[in-house]
Amino acid sequence: MAINREYLGKTFPPGEPYEVSRVKLAEFADAIGDPSPIYRDRGAAQAAGYADVVAPPTFPIVISLSASGRALADPGLNLNYAMVVHGEQRFEYSRPLVAGDVVTAQVTIADIKDVGRNSMLTTKTEIKTVGGEHVCTAHSTLVERGGAA
Amino acid sequence: MSDQVSYDEVEAGAELAPASYQATRLSLVKYCGASGDFNVIHWNERIAKSVGLPNVIAHGMFTMAQAGRYVTDWAGPRATVVEFGVRFSAPVVVPDDDIGAAITVTGQVEEKLDGNLVVLALTARSADVKVLTRARAVVRLP
Repeated sequence: MAINREYLGKTFPPGEPYEVSRVKLAEFADAIGDPSPIYRDRGAAQAAGYADVVAPPTFPIVISLSASGRALADPGLNLNYAMVVHGEQRFEYSRPLVAGDVVTAQVTIADIKDVGRNSMLTTKTEIKTVGGEHVCTAHSTLVERGGAA
Repeated sequence: MSDQVSYDEVEAGAELAPASYQATRLSLVKYCGASGDFNVIHWNERIAKSVGLPNVIAHGMFTMAQAGRYVTDWAGPRATVVEFGVRFSAPVVVPDDDIGAAITVTGQVEEKLDGNLVVLALTARSADVKVLTRARAVVRLP
């Protein structure tokens, strides 16, 4: 069974706003093994010029994954998640996320194609503050092994 | 806190010192929880093998996070990452032992751009296999 091409170009409405918290940033920094104090200590972050504790560069994946999770779990899309590996990832940042940011993530299915025996699905996720300020765009390509139509 | 590098002191073509990071089963379990990505191939050896993988594999984003850490450790706390992209060329296979898999990252200053921007070209290897390709970060330095 192949990924449903009818989802190409589909944009999903953003879900509930996501509030970036110091506790979550510290948890994420711990999980990636990064001891930098700017990810956990407000004073250290402010000394480096930030308003509050900063997010590591790959942290926006937490927000985009949460938003795209709903789309990818849609049974109509027909993505076999156990066969999925991450193919490519790219972030474009207007600024780093910091604790206290309240953001929304809008996911668009940007591409669906077959490469050899595999299927590739690319999502584009726009992360903006609830005030409309662009923070980050995340481009994710997932590979469904053996998923070609 | 790591040292701060400034735009003026960076030279195009400069090689960055390599660094090595460890991925253990515990790292992956923690990353599952912190990221919300509970794909079974990152924690269940039985299912990972049943879908044709050699063993449990690290999240691609865990590997990318190590490359991100390499960039920010080099660039210093006042630098901001403007763009960061990778292609996951091979999985990081994580055995069920206390050592796990090493991810070794290297980098080079590929280019200096206007606006205090520096382009870094990165590589990451695990078990002598390139696990990231086309890995680049654009960083704004003070």
